Amino acid sequence: MSATTDLTEPAASKAEPAAAETGRRGSRIDLGHFRDLSLIPAILVLMLIGFIVSPAFLTADNLIGVLQQSTELSLLVLATALILICGRMDLSLESTIGVAPVIAVWLVLPTSGARFTGLGLFPEWMAFPLCLLVGVVIGAVNGFLILKLRLNGFIVTLGMLTMLRGLQVALSEGQSIVELPSSFTYLGKASWLGMPAAIWVCAVLFAIGGSALAWLRHGRALYAIGGNAEAARTAGIRVDRTVWIVLILGSLLAAFAGILYSGHYGSISATQGSGWIFQVFAATVIGGVSLNGGKGSIFGALTGVLTLQLVVNVMTLAGVPPLWNQFLNGAIIIVALIISRFASGEKQE
Amino acid sequence: MADTATARATGPGHPAPVAEATGISKRFGATVALRDARVTIAPGESHALVGRNGAGKSTLVSILTGLQQPDTGSLRFSGEPAPAFGDIDAWRSRVACVYQRSTIIGELTVAENLFLNRQSAGAVQPIRWKQLRQRAEELLAEYGVAVDPAARARDLTVEQRQFVEIARALSFGARFIILDEPTAKLDARGIGRLFDKLRDLQDQGVAFLFISHHLQEVYDLCSTVTVYRDARHILTAPVAELGHQALVEAMTGESAATNTAATSTAPAARADSPELLTIDGLTLPGVCENLSLSVRKGELVGLAGAAASGNVQVGEAIAGLHRAKDGGITVGGRVVRTGSVPSALAAGVGLVPEDRHVQGLVNNRSVAENATLTVTDQLGPFGTVLPARTRTFARRMIRDLDIKTPGAATPVSALSGGNQQKVVVARALATDPHVLVAIRPTNGVDVKSKEFLLGRIRQVADGGKAALIVSDELDDLRVCDRVVVMFHGRVVAEFERGWRDEQVVAAMEGVATPAAGAASASFTASGTEAHGR
Repeated sequence: MSATTDLTEPAASKAEPAAAETGRRGSRIDLGHFRDLSLIPAILVLMLIGFIVSPAFLTADNLIGVLQQSTELSLLVLATALILICGRMDLSLESTIGVAPVIAVWLVLPTSGARFTGLGLFPEWMAFPLCLLVGVVIGAVNGFLILKLRLNGFIVTLGMLTMLRGLQVALSEGQSIVELPSSFTYLGKASWLGMPAAIWVCAVLFAIGGSALAWLRHGRALYAIGGNAEAARTAGIRVDRTVWIVLILGSLLAAFAGILYSGHYGSISATQGSGWIFQVFAATVIGGVSLNGGKGSIFGALTGVLTLQLVVNVMTLAGVPPLWNQFLNGAIIIVALIISRFASGEKQE
Repeated sequence: MADTATARATGPGHPAPVAEATGISKRFGATVALRDARVTIAPGESHALVGRNGAGKSTLVSILTGLQQPDTGSLRFSGEPAPAFGDIDAWRSRVACVYQRSTIIGELTVAENLFLNRQSAGAVQPIRWKQLRQRAEELLAEYGVAVDPAARARDLTVEQRQFVEIARALSFGARFIILDEPTAKLDARGIGRLFDKLRDLQDQGVAFLFISHHLQEVYDLCSTVTVYRDARHILTAPVAELGHQALVEAMTGESAATNTAATSTAPAARADSPELLTIDGLTLPGVCENLSLSVRKGELVGLAGAAASGNVQVGEAIAGLHRAKDGGITVGGRVVRTGSVPSALAAGVGLVPEDRHVQGLVNNRSVAENATLTVTDQLGPFGTVLPARTRTFARRMIRDLDIKTPGAATPVSALSGGNQQKVVVARALATDPHVLVAIRPTNGVDVKSKEFLLGRIRQVADGGKAALIVSDELDDLRVCDRVVVMFHGRVVAEFERGWRDEQVVAAMEGVATPAAGAASASFTASGTEAHGR
């Protein structure tokens, strides 16, 4: 260890002459970053199209609306990006977004006097932390099954997806829950400085996630694990522990997305999050995160979500019949994949 | 067991050896991997560790690097006892290791690979990328590695990656490095540059433990050599005092001098019988160049060579697995389109692939299905596969090859290694091939099955077909009428029946012994010739 640090000391003085060279390198690094930005032109083109098709597009209300609608999806994308980068998958995120709020609310709501009867075990303000706790538990269970029992992650989380969806239906008796504690709905409803609080929160979470992956050792460890787990282990990274934490973090983010979503619409719908995972994966992958792990960035994933949401918005404004939405959504995903395949010049495998 | 003088060159005034292992034993279940083994590496010494497969080299490496705990024995680094098991950082500051398998992560930059998991001083301290690149640049410069630290590791050549691994391994402060077959994936020029680098490092006082299958490299690079055989330490001696012959004998055991190839009752192939397999000027990019070889009707030929010699690829090329850049392969007068398995099958080539788990068997499917995989067109009309016919066919194969299985429907994964291999051979024979190419046909099978399999291949040749065994196992080669030895992509020697073990081993390791006779004339020690030092 000490050998390297010793080497660094005298070299500090030599740094100046090498500055020109480092500058050249610096520009190359920026080019590397551009790979994450490959969707920015697509977003600009979409905005141009939006501007052409409807004057309503480039208004603050519309754009904030797009962002607000992106928040919940973007949190799942953030979670999926983290998990994919370290080479894993978690399909159950789309059920966590629904079941975590339901369980939390079920635990706090009074046993009588309302349409939905809960257990009334905890005071109402506990709904928020309980919801996050449920997320943590789901992630921990996934991690246990995948990392300790060494089960196949894809199938485990697929089973979990179905099971949690079933749990939500059973607890809520298949109905939407509308009587939510105000502390629970606050974040989804509130507006700070003229923008929905959810947007601020998401922006902060993305900034934290992106920074951690770019500048923290433990963040970089995710890339190492996803790139070559054996090499990461020989470098002293605790592979299983890190992956477990990432899985927990992912489910926690999904539970939090559930809170924002419930707050936003003022109720927990029985199908909350159902079918989202396809969009989540699509957004993450067109944002440049590799399904094989070790590749991609949080910012890229964010551009992926925004692209998908903008497409939906522009199509709505252009008066495309909503019945065609699903078809076009799928087509956009494939087109975006083709574009990013040739923009980056790399096979996606 | 008395130590030789070199092993204990640590008299008064000498510094303690950088690494010293004594009385190391290690067993895995029933197999003994190391039995009272020892090795001593003096500071600045270049020490070679040689031995055939299964001699215990890899186990010694994992014990020396702290990946495994020995059952008995003691380990000292520079006179101090080894650090606690599991203290990775402490181990790495004493012994560096470049493993056989690359531990470079392709998606990350060189700089990050060099400082993986220590990019910043603390866990919550942000990484300063500019500084990291600078540190990487200095580290690479210190070891004279001309690689851009900002480049992505996947864009590096194999050779550059190896240099990066060496620089990283040494950056933990160790003055002792283990190189586990570092030349296996390099071409001749790369090996030359690696050796230059290693000599530079040696001048800086770094000691090596160099593991290689190529004895010529040992002579080129090392000053001391330790030989392991059958999990035991056999000898340690200065390289200069140990002739090629003696070294090969130490590796192959006492039998080397006495044991000549077993004579077979089978008649040798007549020289006038037609050539069934002809390889003419075959060039496979990166593997071999202008290689010619022929096998006559009724002849069994061995194609020998060590791991990087290219013999396996040549065998696979005959079966249509590799496309040739130049040259042709003819089977029974019919030209085979290289790189096309159907064409090879149609010409009558049967292949026993190198790795039965990867290329040979569909593990969870039945013996019957596996044995008939190549002949599904014969199992029913109009592309159907009739279960009854499959069963009949499989039963015949099971009888023919004496496969010990509860039934034709048993999944192959339930069989022992020897019987699994028999299923693979059965499949190759199912098409009744004119030319049978068997790559390491006795890989990981017990003695009994080994005998049987080799006998069965012999039988194929005796039945008027041609057979080619591609292997580096002497036992496999012993049944052959003729053994052709490859080294670094070219044929370097050819032996008729009656060769001695050390002749073939020496040729495979790239050492020309006088006994190899005329064959040695064509041998050129490509790239591993001594550098003027």
